[in-house]
Amino acid sequence: MTYQEKKSIVSIISAILIFVSFSAYKYVRYPAEGMEQTEMFHYWGSFVLVLTLVSIFAHIVISIIFNIVFRITTGEKEPNFADELDKQIELKSHRNGFFIFILGFLLAMGSLVIEQPVQVMFVILIVSGFISDVAGSVTKLYHYRRGV
Amino acid sequence: MSKNLVGNHIRKLRFEYNEMTQQQLADKVGVTRQTIVALEKGNYSPSLELAFRIAQAFSLHLEEVFFYGEQTRKEEDGG
Repeated sequence: MTYQEKKSIVSIISAILIFVSFSAYKYVRYPAEGMEQTEMFHYWGSFVLVLTLVSIFAHIVISIIFNIVFRITTGEKEPNFADELDKQIELKSHRNGFFIFILGFLLAMGSLVIEQPVQVMFVILIVSGFISDVAGSVTKLYHYRRGV
Repeated sequence: MSKNLVGNHIRKLRFEYNEMTQQQLADKVGVTRQTIVALEKGNYSPSLELAFRIAQAFSLHLEEVFFYGEQTRKEEDGG
């Protein structure tokens, strides 16, 4: 298995771990029923912002650890640039990720139209962001294994 | 996924060319080893620029390294 394939797998696993553990952490801190609307918006706003920051930080740390482990175990140096194949796969991965996020965004807006609680909209937005992240990594893995 | 109809003789040429490694060819043409692996497996059609760089690395014409079409691919696979 090549460096890029391993990196895609690590990316998928870390995205799932980060999302599940952060959601579990926030779930137990969900305010009790009957909270004010401003309090609820504060909760969901901080959920999205903190999750974004935690994800970026965790992905950087995991990427550094992965590179160190890869060098030690294989004795190879990781590629330090992206060539035309990498860029093409990156584009396909972004396209699929954005497509899924836009679908989630439209679904979230639809939930408001059918008068679902605001929480439902936020949950759909956050979950679609997570699925789009995973879909991007799965797309990368697929194209590195099967070609472009 | 649509079948890639652009084939190549890169693997054969590497061995004829002082048993060049994939990494050496990758360094010579400015791509990663992974891209050379994908090219040899027939999983990737290179850009015209990369195709020319690879042909130049072997001091050959483009058509001597790359071919197009199902028939030619079958001949290549059959040895």
